[in-house]
Amino acid sequence: MTFDERSNKDANPGYWQEMFGRYDTDKNKQLFLVCESGDAIVGFIIGEIRDWEFGSEPCGWVFALGVRPDIRLSGIATQLYGALCEFFKQAGVTTVRTMLARQDIDSLSFFRSQGMMAGPYVQLEKDI
Amino acid sequence: MKLQQSTLLGLYAVVELAKADGEQRSAAVIADKFDVSINHLAKVLRILVRAGHLQAARGAGGGYRYSGNAKRTTLMDVIELFEPVSIEGFEHRDSPHHTDIEAGLAVALTEISEMMQATLRSITIRTMLKIMKKSRA
Repeated sequence: MTFDERSNKDANPGYWQEMFGRYDTDKNKQLFLVCESGDAIVGFIIGEIRDWEFGSEPCGWVFALGVRPDIRLSGIATQLYGALCEFFKQAGVTTVRTMLARQDIDSLSFFRSQGMMAGPYVQLEKDI
Repeated sequence: MKLQQSTLLGLYAVVELAKADGEQRSAAVIADKFDVSINHLAKVLRILVRAGHLQAARGAGGGYRYSGNAKRTTLMDVIELFEPVSIEGFEHRDSPHHTDIEAGLAVALTEISEMMQATLRSITIRTMLKIMKKSRA
């Protein structure tokens, strides 16, 4: 929540509490991983294996990744991402996906630096 | 989108010298590698030096070396030194649209343009080097 407040005007504690509960129900498919420094949490990543969504073979999704702004670029996100990919691999999954805002260039750059490229799906939406 | 030759040369030179890991390369060697005229390349290299991506050393053993920040410099940073990035034939996206067809087309082309810009702004020179290494493997 602290990270959310620092990087986003619309911090939403209820959302994060729900996420924490939701991503602790199936340990074979979900991972909520944090990085600690001393007594403080300085980063986190949330991922899940989803089966056959959108006609896709089972794949790992990165749903959220955050590192405390003042210690970014120190390799923490890379370690968290690596650990999550290892969890997916151990579960037999060979593809990892995420979805990002086009304007979020820092996050796009990070995931591209990890070797991720545009995949075979296109996200579409409409105001209703 | 079609990049001009100067733009492509700028990208080639930056990536080639970033790959050289601090070593110098002469303009002649780079021109030979990419099969371009040394005069054309020299103009491109001057622009890259002025922008701080390269350092030039004069004299007999002179040449160019990469001096930028490969972790932060993106493909777009280099491209924009040479030309504005736009969908060909759609440079005036902010102008009033005269017909419903133009307005509809503008929506589709804006989507393409935004995707293209996000891609070029998020691939750094370091990521390019990783992509190259992976495609060689």
